[in-house]
Amino acid sequence: MEFGPYLFIASLEGAITAAVLALTAVGLSIVFGIMRVVNVAHGEFFMLGAVIAWWITSLVGGHPAYGFVAALIIAPILVGILAIVCDHLVLRRINYDPERTIVATIGLLYVIQQTTLMTFGPEARPVEAPFNKRIALPWFEHTEQGFALTWPWGLSTTTYKLAVIGAAVFILILLWVLMTRTKFGLIMRATQLDSEMAQAHGIPVNRVYAMVFGLGAGLAALGAVLIVPIQQAHYLMGGDPLLLSFIVVIIGGLGSVVGTIVAALFIGMSDGIISVFFSPTLAKIIATLAVAFVLVFRPQGLFGKPER
Amino acid sequence: MSTSLKSFLLHVFVLCLLAVLYFVVSEYHSGNLARILVMAVYAMGYNVLFGYTGLLSLGHALFFASGMYGLGLSIEHLGLSAAPALVVGFISAFIVAAVIGFLALRTSGVAFMIVTLMFAQAGYLTILLAGKYTRGDEGFVIQQGDRVIAGIDLSQADNRYFAALLLFGVCFLFIAWLVQTRFGKTLVAIRENPERARMLGYDIQRHKLLAVIISGTLAGAAGAAYALLFGYAGATFSTVQYSIYPLLWVLLGGAGTTIGPLIGTVFMTYLIDISSEYTSAYMLIAGLALILLTLFAPHGFAGLIRKKLFSWLP
Repeated sequence: MEFGPYLFIASLEGAITAAVLALTAVGLSIVFGIMRVVNVAHGEFFMLGAVIAWWITSLVGGHPAYGFVAALIIAPILVGILAIVCDHLVLRRINYDPERTIVATIGLLYVIQQTTLMTFGPEARPVEAPFNKRIALPWFEHTEQGFALTWPWGLSTTTYKLAVIGAAVFILILLWVLMTRTKFGLIMRATQLDSEMAQAHGIPVNRVYAMVFGLGAGLAALGAVLIVPIQQAHYLMGGDPLLLSFIVVIIGGLGSVVGTIVAALFIGMSDGIISVFFSPTLAKIIATLAVAFVLVFRPQGLFGKPER
Repeated sequence: MSTSLKSFLLHVFVLCLLAVLYFVVSEYHSGNLARILVMAVYAMGYNVLFGYTGLLSLGHALFFASGMYGLGLSIEHLGLSAAPALVVGFISAFIVAAVIGFLALRTSGVAFMIVTLMFAQAGYLTILLAGKYTRGDEGFVIQQGDRVIAGIDLSQADNRYFAALLLFGVCFLFIAWLVQTRFGKTLVAIRENPERARMLGYDIQRHKLLAVIISGTLAGAAGAAYALLFGYAGATFSTVQYSIYPLLWVLLGGAGTTIGPLIGTVFMTYLIDISSEYTSAYMLIAGLALILLTLFAPHGFAGLIRKKLFSWLP
């Protein structure tokens, strides 16, 4: 394949990464924005989404689409409920103290991951996509007869991959409607601006926190259910999404949903493209160093107001 | 008896106890203990920063790995003998700690934790990327012939144990002394109230930087000693998990106490050792311990002892 089609396919793969990353990172971002805590166990909620999707699809018989649709609805809800339980049992008891929350969520990370290892096992397990038709993509080529449409060998994608991008966009629009057009969104934004003032006006801040934590985890699980037919479910799959979400959330500005989505597009696309042309490890080194330097040299700009 | 005498006697007693233990316990346990002593040095280094200065780093594996690879690579590729390679290990940890400290201390709180985590992750990935020299995850073995200092073969069980004990003893007494000095007390003041420490005229940035350097160099010394005594260097030691371990050991044993890191390391290592006989999911124990400690005992074992029994515990 020539360079052009190669770049095209790389950016398409990048767009899928970006779509799923946007969902996962927005989950992390609203949790930070509203509750002011960093959830290190976020990647494990992602992993649980994929594992539960495998479990549900293996229970439901018939056409793979039935199981998949069931997983798409049930997995995020189950993960969300688990997150609410974690919030209730752990985070609330330490009063959402930023540093202790990080230590506690590191603990949660290991508990969730290792429990999955004990029950689900160390194998990677596939989930069948509900539909998966390969489509060849055209490419414009400049030939002696002028521009012509060609179908280079290997330049193809599947209907499912395109559907993932569509689904992610749709879910993000729903989230935007929830945040800006509903009463619950209004309450969330009020709590984000000033939780004490919100409490004084009769908003049950603790319940809002629990819902937000559940919503964040549910978004991660949703991203995982979408990607699992492409990637397979594995108990260690939470590491990369966690790292990438961190990167996206920090570069996009912690707590800013729009910034997060823009950064997810940028990081997802460039990760896809750098990984295809150079080494995936190099892509990750560049991204992690970028985050570290952004935090070192522009801490206030990205954390909102300076702390203390 | 004065407090400083009591504290001195306690430290000497612990060291004598550890020396006697070698002759009492079985070979399996003394091998375990040698490993624990080296890891306790790592934990003590971590404690200088976390327990005494109040800075929570999530990237200490980077310093541990700097020491480890400083020693390992200079033996493997530069053909140095063990003693100068050990010095190279210390110096590389020192330099890495100084650079990371200089950069990361521009932030504080949660940002400091994330920055150290990211730098350590970049370090881990770099080790993987340079797989040609470091052999990545697989790691490389340091030959027995390269593990001799002044005619003492450190791959022998007894030499190895007492070398580990020597390193531990030196660091143990050094920290016991350090926290009694003006410098050590200033670190505690910074931990308790940085604003007030600054108002009193202390240069807190400089103190914090020195704390990172001391902490990182001790972690690197542990890494270099680990590679030398156990003959292996691998990328696993630079993963996030190895940044979490010292945090766990120090939290469990008691942050801000001289003896806490040792207690925490012994306890956790044996807990994981025993549970890994039953399940491959032994990190579950570590996770549960982290959650329970944050919830119920943020001051750890030594913290409890200090509160209930001996208020003089250093």
